[in-house]
Amino acid sequence: MNRLLATKAGSNAYRLRIPWRPFSNDAACPNAGNPETGSEAQQYDIAIVGGGMVGLAFACSLASKPLTKHLNVAIVDSNPALGRKHFIKKDDLPDPRVSTITPASISFLKDIGAWQFVEQHRHAYFDKMQVWDYTGLSYAKYNARDADKEVLGCVVENKVLLSSLLSHVQDMDMLKKIYPSRLSSMSILPNSSSSEVGSTLSMTALFTHGRLAKLELEDGNSLYAKLVVGADGGKSRVRELAGIRTTGWNYTQNAIICTVEHALENHCAWQRFLPSSPLALLPIGDKFSNIVWTMTPEESSEYKSMTEDNFLKAVNHALDYGYGPHPTSSILGSSDLFSWFKGGISSSTSDCFEVPPKAVKLASERMAFPLSLRHANDYASKRIALIGDAAHTVHPLAGQGVNLGFGDASSLSSVISEGIAVGTDIGEVSLLKKYEADRKPANVTMMAVLDGFQKAYSVDFGPLNILRAAAFHGAHHISPLKKSIISYASGELRLPLFA
Amino acid sequence: MASSKLLSHPRWHRLLRRNLPNARLFSGLPSQHPGSVPEPQNHSDPKSNNKFKTASSTPSSLKEAELAKFAAISDTWWDSEGPFKPLHNMNPTRLAFIRSTLCRHFRKDPLSARPFEGLRIIDVGCGGGILSEPLARMGAIVTGIDAVEKNIKIARLHANMDPTTSNIEYYCTTAEKLVDEQRKFDAVIALEVIEHVADSAEFCKSLSALTAHEGATVVSTLNRSMRSYASAIVAAEYLLHWLPKGTHQWSSFLTPEELTMILKRASVDVKEMAGFVFNPITGRWSLSDDISVNYIAFVQPITRNESMLESGEQSKVTRNIGTTSVLGWSTGCKQIILQLDSIEAIEAIMIESCSMYNTLSMTVRAIVQPRLWLV
Repeated sequence: MNRLLATKAGSNAYRLRIPWRPFSNDAACPNAGNPETGSEAQQYDIAIVGGGMVGLAFACSLASKPLTKHLNVAIVDSNPALGRKHFIKKDDLPDPRVSTITPASISFLKDIGAWQFVEQHRHAYFDKMQVWDYTGLSYAKYNARDADKEVLGCVVENKVLLSSLLSHVQDMDMLKKIYPSRLSSMSILPNSSSSEVGSTLSMTALFTHGRLAKLELEDGNSLYAKLVVGADGGKSRVRELAGIRTTGWNYTQNAIICTVEHALENHCAWQRFLPSSPLALLPIGDKFSNIVWTMTPEESSEYKSMTEDNFLKAVNHALDYGYGPHPTSSILGSSDLFSWFKGGISSSTSDCFEVPPKAVKLASERMAFPLSLRHANDYASKRIALIGDAAHTVHPLAGQGVNLGFGDASSLSSVISEGIAVGTDIGEVSLLKKYEADRKPANVTMMAVLDGFQKAYSVDFGPLNILRAAAFHGAHHISPLKKSIISYASGELRLPLFA
Repeated sequence: MASSKLLSHPRWHRLLRRNLPNARLFSGLPSQHPGSVPEPQNHSDPKSNNKFKTASSTPSSLKEAELAKFAAISDTWWDSEGPFKPLHNMNPTRLAFIRSTLCRHFRKDPLSARPFEGLRIIDVGCGGGILSEPLARMGAIVTGIDAVEKNIKIARLHANMDPTTSNIEYYCTTAEKLVDEQRKFDAVIALEVIEHVADSAEFCKSLSALTAHEGATVVSTLNRSMRSYASAIVAAEYLLHWLPKGTHQWSSFLTPEELTMILKRASVDVKEMAGFVFNPITGRWSLSDDISVNYIAFVQPITRNESMLESGEQSKVTRNIGTTSVLGWSTGCKQIILQLDSIEAIEAIMIESCSMYNTLSMTVRAIVQPRLWLV
């Protein structure tokens, strides 16, 4: 309780811009208060707080650019897996935490050289996707060939991505150090001039004059950095300590995730919008698929606790005839109605509706977690930048969350590289605001689109159902629209519908 | 001196702002200092019109009024939202041009994080060090000079904040004094300075003298055009309040043609020129071909061979018959070459051009046996 009050008071003090007061006072962290007791504080160019997928991708991206690979980087994360080489056995059952990587993120990971490691482990490219809803009025089938692509995306387990990025970053030449601890406090003082002239200042003096940020960790270490990058997830400590406010709301929904096994290989992604609970089936490879089922908290606790057989029955029912009929191929008359829209027939327009493969066995435990939408008002302030979930949290219904994070990592490392090319101090707000101006519009648009989908499907209202069905039908038959939807979801287009 | 006769022309006087009654030393000492009035004042030019010839043995090309203007706002140099905000915003773009031209000239690796390692660079008119610090971070050995003492103090304090910039040497002096000391630098950079000096020809000669053999010079300034009046004076000073009123004098802007000519007389040749444009939607500056408002020039000392030959797609070979040729650029396709027979003709053109607004009319008003080629 004391700690909470102390940090809240500290962050309030920062917002009021009272100079000379650090973020948390010594009462909050008795161990870290005295820097001399811990080991010698070191200075880094960039301190990445949070060694998750996005934080490590950012570190790899810095290491792969010629202008930034000489930087000295510290990674702060208390996950013990970061400290040792991670060996994933081939016959491990798939972890239910997976991410869908869009082609744009795949090319980013290829550029930084980490994708080759991912391909050595289980991963699943998919090139087809079918989306339909419970009303049975229509469906939409997407094929990567409609947009002249090979794949729509690749589904990879999070632990595979993490270990690939970690092994790649450890291979690279860039100077880095991993601090296996959590951030307890952070101080950045306003700029001021020194009255001494002609002497080089020590780290503490540079910090006092606002040129370095000081980070204190829970294990007593402290470090100084020119730039602090917050990649520590939705409940970001960096964002909290920096006093950056967020807007957002909690969806009254939880998501249940688990892995199921099929009798046959599955190469298609399936998504059915049930009344206020979308259900997605994604192939992971080796006849396994991942299920993401969003539902109300009461239902989620019910589904989590029911027996495995009952759960499998429920899943198969929901994907098949549950809640409504199968859509027939052309409900709104023949496709001649839309023939003048078609700018070239896409191959998937003539594909019939298919029933997804049955889930035969449950291959992992069921996990449930709450969903929310959160967006930081600023992505950057003096000597701080936020990337990934720390800057934005989205609904998982289109699998875009980590892809937005990879986009942030790529953009921030480009901006830092350009700043170094013209000799800027990398912690300057003007440079970091360029990153914000690059990413904010794209992220906000994607969040709005996803939120719009989520809201559109949470209401069961006759005319709205028909409207949604018409939208599906249009997306299925109007090729240019389909192409643009695929390109946007693949991360190639920054804003939807504008080529 | 041709240039002094130029400046003493009555028409120039209407355009110049302050008439100072006494000649003063331009070494940054405060203005009213009775003990410092030097005795050579008696030998100053009998023409009372010639107010800007300093009494010291090293003529300085500075204007007292301009110095006072900058001294008044020197505390705000590093306030990126203050009166120097446009300079801070433009800085990365200027540095991008400097980086690409100097890397190419000195054959340095453009992908290195410190490409200027080992180069001695001087930043003339460094102000608070906005340009000097990034150059030091890029590895150069930087010397910064400015005529206003307060600026140098602020620059020194700020540079000490970062270990990578604390080795910049700042001096409160003028380019002419350094020439007297026979200092040489690999690269001489004078950005947004030449429009604030009284004698731009002298200034360019000093810049050229400071450049080492095989070195380079970079000069940037504002163009004297209708567009620059509208953007830099009316919009920036009066409408948007980016700059304090009176920061710039439109009459002291130089067109690219004039700058090229002055630099050529100082035996340096403009090799590359680019303009800066501001995009009001994104709020960013970028390099472009449009030199009608802000422009920057990369200049190299002329070797004897080059004075006879021109290169580049916009040139025509002109015979150098002992007078200066003026090559005119315009952003359209017209190229105007004036070959004038005497220095007086050039002066006449310059006098007339300050009351005109574009280079095409210059051809119409040319006097004293010009020969024109309109291509």
